[in-house]
Amino acid sequence: MSTEVETPDAGPAGEEPRGAGTPRVDAAQYGLAAVLLVVGAYTVYDAIQLEVGFADPVGPRVFPLVIGAGLAVTSILLAVATARGSRPEPEAGEDVDVTTPADWPTVLKLVGVILLTVATVSWLGWALAGAILFAGSAWALGSRTVIRDVLVGLVLAVASWYGFVVGLGIPLTPGVLDGIL
Amino acid sequence: MDNLGLLADGLAAALTPMNLLYAAVGVLLGTFVGVLPGIGPAMAIALLLPVTFGLEPTQAFIMFAGLYYGGMYGGSTTSILLNTPGESASVMTALEGNLMARAGRGAQALATAAVGSFVAGTIGTLLVAMFAPALADVAVEIGAPSYFALMVLALVMTATVLGASPLRGLMSLFVGLTIGLVGLDLNTGQPRLTFGVTQLVDRLDIVVVAVGIFALGEALWVAAHLRRKPARVVPVGQPWLGRADLKRSWKPWLRGTAYGFPFGALPAGGAELPTFLSFVTERSLAKRGVAKRRADAKDEFGRGAIEGVAGPEAANNASAAGMLVPMLALGLPVTATASVMLSALQGYGIQPGPQLMTEHADMVWTLLASLLIGNLLLLVLNLPLAPLWARLLRIPRPQLYAGILFFACLGAYATNLDPFDIALLLVFGLLGMAMRRFGLPVLPLILGVILGPLMETKLREALTISGGDPAILWSEPLAIAIYAVLALVLLTRPLLSRWRSRTESRIVAEAEDPEDAETVTEGSAR
Repeated sequence: MSTEVETPDAGPAGEEPRGAGTPRVDAAQYGLAAVLLVVGAYTVYDAIQLEVGFADPVGPRVFPLVIGAGLAVTSILLAVATARGSRPEPEAGEDVDVTTPADWPTVLKLVGVILLTVATVSWLGWALAGAILFAGSAWALGSRTVIRDVLVGLVLAVASWYGFVVGLGIPLTPGVLDGIL
Repeated sequence: MDNLGLLADGLAAALTPMNLLYAAVGVLLGTFVGVLPGIGPAMAIALLLPVTFGLEPTQAFIMFAGLYYGGMYGGSTTSILLNTPGESASVMTALEGNLMARAGRGAQALATAAVGSFVAGTIGTLLVAMFAPALADVAVEIGAPSYFALMVLALVMTATVLGASPLRGLMSLFVGLTIGLVGLDLNTGQPRLTFGVTQLVDRLDIVVVAVGIFALGEALWVAAHLRRKPARVVPVGQPWLGRADLKRSWKPWLRGTAYGFPFGALPAGGAELPTFLSFVTERSLAKRGVAKRRADAKDEFGRGAIEGVAGPEAANNASAAGMLVPMLALGLPVTATASVMLSALQGYGIQPGPQLMTEHADMVWTLLASLLIGNLLLLVLNLPLAPLWARLLRIPRPQLYAGILFFACLGAYATNLDPFDIALLLVFGLLGMAMRRFGLPVLPLILGVILGPLMETKLREALTISGGDPAILWSEPLAIAIYAVLALVLLTRPLLSRWRSRTESRIVAEAEDPEDAETVTEGSAR
C-alpha cells in the first residue's frame, strides 16, 4: 500500500537511463525547449525595440536582454540534455498518480469550463457563473451527482458573492440577478 | 530589551476583540484549507489572499499570521493520516507519523506535531522579534550593489541548490523573470512584452500569477493524473500526549527548532533540509540511547517513533518562522509562502525592504504579536478539532478540486473585477501544470516574478551612480563577500546533494518493507 506512492516517481531527474519499456528520450521536452526558446527570442526582440533614454546608463533594454538570452540558453541546454536522456521528475502529490498517462479530455473540459466563465461572468454575474463553474468542474472531474453539485455551487457562489460585496466591500457583478441578490 | 517592549505594544494592538476574531478566523480557515489534500501552505495563502483585499493592512496581517501557521499545521495532519505528503517539508513527518497512525497512535502523532509546532513557532517568532530589527538596522545601510548581490544570491541559490535539477531550476527562474518584465518600464515608461494589451501595461497582478501557478496549476495537474483509488485515511481520535510521550518529545522539539530556524532564514534554506537533518539526528540518538541500555534492543524508528514526528515537525515550523527574518528585514522572500505574503504586502502599496521595519514598525510588531497569538489559538482550537479535520480528508475529489477551481477564479476575478484576469489565470494555470509535468520547480519562478523588478531597480540605481561603470557592482566588501559565498555554495553543491540523496533514499528504503527497498531511489521523497 505505502510503496505504491513511493515507486512511481522513483527515477532521478539525472542521466540514468530507465529500464526497458519507457522510451529513453522524453520527446515532449523538445516542445518545452522550443516554446521557451521562442519566448526568450521574443523577449530579446522586444527589448531591441525599446528606446534608451539619456540620463539612464542601463536603460530599459539590458535587463530583458539578459533574461531573454538566459531563457534561450537554458532552452538549448535542455534540448541537449533531453537528447542525452535527461528525464523530468514529474511532481507527485497526495492525489497524483504519475504512473497513469495524462488524462487530456478532463483537462480540456476544465479549460472549457473556465473559458465559459471568462465569457459569461460579466453578463451572468458571479453568483450564477460561479455556480456553473463549480458544477461544471465537478462534472468534468467525474462527479455524476449533478443536482447536488449545482446546489452546492449555488450556495458557494451566492455566499461568496454576499461575503465579498457585503463583508469585504468588493463589488462583484450581480449580473442578471441585479436587484434579486 | 527594547524589542520586547515593542512586541508588548504589538500584543496590545493585536489583542482587541475584533483582531482576535480575525486571528481565529485566519487559524480556522488556514487549517481548513491546509488539511485539504493537495493543498500546501503556499497554495492555501494564495487562495485566501482575496479574502484580505477588503481589510485594513493590520487586520489583513493578523489574519495572515493565522492562515500561515494554520496552513502549516493542516499540512502535517494530512501527511500523518494519509502518508502522502503534500509538500517536501512534510516528507519526514509522514514517514514515522503515518507508521504511528497505523499502529493506533495517530492521536499521539497529531498531538506531538501540534504541540511541537506551537513550541517551535513560539520560540521562532521570539527569535524573529530579536533578530529582524537588528538585521534591518544593518540592512538600511546596505548600498544598491550589495542589495543587488543579495538578490542574485537568493535567486541563484533557490534555482540551483534546491530541487533535483539545476538546469530546470534556472529555466524556471528565467521564466519568472520574464513574467516580471511585463508592463511599463519604471524609468522610461515604455511598455515591455505587453503585446499592445492594455491590461498588461499595468504589470501582472501577483495574486493572479501566484494563484494560477500554485492553485490552478496544481488542480489541472491533479486532474490529468487523478489517483483513481484514493489513499487510505487512518481514523484518529482525540489527540493527547501522555507523560511518557511528552518526555520523549520535548528534546526533539527543541533540537528541531534549533535546526529549523537558521535554515529558514537562509536563502534556499527552506524546511526540507532541516526536517531531514532533524529526522537523522533523532534516529541516530534513538539508536544510541537504546544500545546503551541493551545491546540487542531495537529502537522504534521504522515502526512509528514519536521522536521522528516531534523533531521534523518542530523543524518545519521553526523554519517557517525563520523565513520571516529575511522577509521582514530585507524584503527578500526565501520560500514560496514568504513570496506570496510579500506579494500581499505589495498589494497594500507597501514596498518590502529594510525600510519596512522603520516605516511600518507598528504593523510589523502587530504581525509578530499576531503570530504568537495565532500559534496559541492553533493549539487551543485544533487539538479538540482534530477528528473533525481528519474527516475533511475524505472529501470527494471531484468536488474538492472543483472547489479549488472555484476559489481560484473568484480570487483572480476579485483583483480587478475584470474577466480578463480569469483568462490570465488560466494561462498561468496551464503554465503551472506544464511545470509540474516537466519537473520545473515552482519556487524559482515565483521569486523571479517578485524579485525581478526589484533587482532591475537596484541595478539601474547602482549604475546611475557610477555613470554606467559595471565595476560598481563589486565595489562594496559586502557584495564581494556575497558573491564569494555564492561561488562556494555552487562549487560544493554536487557533494552536498549526493550525500543527502544517498542518506535520504536509505531512510525511505528502511521505512518501507525490505523487499521494496530496491525500487526506492533518489527522487522518491518528493
